[in-house]
Amino acid sequence: MTRLMFTIMVLWVLMAAAPLFVTLPSQQVRLDALFMSPMQSGFLLGSDELGRSLAARLVEGARISLVVALVTVTISGVAGTLLGIVAGYLGGWVDRVVSRLIDIFLAFPGLLLAIALAGMLGPGIGNVILALSLMGWVGYARLARNQVLSIKQRDHVTAAIALGQPGTVIMRRHLLPLLMAPLLVEASFGVASAVIAEASLSFLGLGVQPPQASWGNMIREGVRYMLAAPHLVLIPGLALSLVVLSANLLGDALRDRLDVTSRSMR
Amino acid sequence: MSKRLFDTVIVMFGVVTLVFFLTALVPGDPVDVMLGENAVMADRDALRDRMGLNQPLLDRWLNYLTGLLRGDLGDSLVRSRPVAQLIGERLPATLQMAAGAFVVVLTLALPLGTLAAYRKGRAADQAASVFALLGQSIPNFWLGPLLVLAFSIGLGWLPVSGADAPGSVILPSLTLGVSLAAVSMRMLRASLLEIATQDYLRTVRAKGAGGLRVALRHALPNALLPVITLLGLQLGALLAGAVITEVVFAWPGIGSLLIESISQRDYPLIQGVVLVIALSYVLINMLTDLLLYWLDPRIRESA
Repeated sequence: MTRLMFTIMVLWVLMAAAPLFVTLPSQQVRLDALFMSPMQSGFLLGSDELGRSLAARLVEGARISLVVALVTVTISGVAGTLLGIVAGYLGGWVDRVVSRLIDIFLAFPGLLLAIALAGMLGPGIGNVILALSLMGWVGYARLARNQVLSIKQRDHVTAAIALGQPGTVIMRRHLLPLLMAPLLVEASFGVASAVIAEASLSFLGLGVQPPQASWGNMIREGVRYMLAAPHLVLIPGLALSLVVLSANLLGDALRDRLDVTSRSMR
Repeated sequence: MSKRLFDTVIVMFGVVTLVFFLTALVPGDPVDVMLGENAVMADRDALRDRMGLNQPLLDRWLNYLTGLLRGDLGDSLVRSRPVAQLIGERLPATLQMAAGAFVVVLTLALPLGTLAAYRKGRAADQAASVFALLGQSIPNFWLGPLLVLAFSIGLGWLPVSGADAPGSVILPSLTLGVSLAAVSMRMLRASLLEIATQDYLRTVRAKGAGGLRVALRHALPNALLPVITLLGLQLGALLAGAVITEVVFAWPGIGSLLIESISQRDYPLIQGVVLVIALSYVLINMLTDLLLYWLDPRIRESA
């Protein structure tokens, strides 16, 4: 099972990398070949309402979801971890301020904050990444802070403090390495939720804008022609669900492998 | 408990402030964005005046806060009506769908979670965990169209969208409820399995209680406590998930109102809907904590 999921992830990355080697006809309109079914007149996965190749658009969508997921997870992971470690280590008013901020951001359920931010900022990939990062840092910050609070009590940290090591060194050399395993697990679930979130925003028309293809906006467009050409909805949705499923399962496997018990629930 | 109430008030204050300052994120001048750059000066000034943009930011924030205390969320710029009134009109539809989704959650998660735990490792458990994984990984905006393809277009049993035909609430509720049911089921299973190893259950069995009685009277009530916390969290998530589901089914609730207001750049209306959803979420979480406090003597003792 894990191997299959791993294969899907590799396929996703390969699809995302494909435009580096070949030019995709993802924007090529062919009015003589509208709504082709899969395998019909040279279209591997059929064509859409403008005769554009669904396979090419699927590959373009893979690139967008991968880029958005990686950039979002990196930005929110680094920023959240940094805030969480500093808050947990320093304590006092810094911790109180950061904890309050975490509480306030957690008060927005699910995608609500991202929808509101994307709505205010306007559509576009950059704004999607900004909105998702502003939503995503909280999970890492809470995880890092809570872990630091318990790790801080350990002997090796007490020893480092007794030796007079500066706070930055303690955080980097004595706290951060012990946080990496749970953070890595959190990040792999983070990839799954970023992929869903980007697709959701694009589905709502707040994310990636046509003619550029994203799995979310492909479903959005496809729903209109669902009666005539259900494959326009089925294929991008299947790709999306498989990638999310794989990322979730890999997160589970990683958690078992790294023996991480605590996982922040949202 | 009084600390919990105090925290809630602080968080609500923070949420209102954050939502208010969201408008500061609008790139450039909101008046330009709304009217276009070629608008006449008089129109621009009038809109600026209506939105209160002539006042300093701090004053506007204070006005917003005091207005809120009176239940005043401002006026919609596009529809020229109070935001609170517009939300009030659309809220019942959302609540109806959320209630339906909640029924879906309870009818799926409770039996499946219990079954999976008591048949751990066997076929029923495996089937349930496949359902849980699928439910968590399939996004609402794909599940919805799939259900429409199957039940509306294929079988012709249920309406495709809208809220007028009888039975129209079924597919939206199902779409919204399945992912939540999946998470809750997993949680209930884990929680039951953890409790199964505890000493008091061995004592109950030693006293001669039968399997079903042990499961229903002694294990389930304790196993439900973490599930209640989760359901509380997810009840709020239902309100947020409703945004996407309402768009899929053209359901006339506050979720589709939010998306409409975003496309019309009706900033007070956007703020109002986001605020109502977030504040309900905070309130529901607080009520969940109160409920647990009342249900679980261990929490009462430690407080």
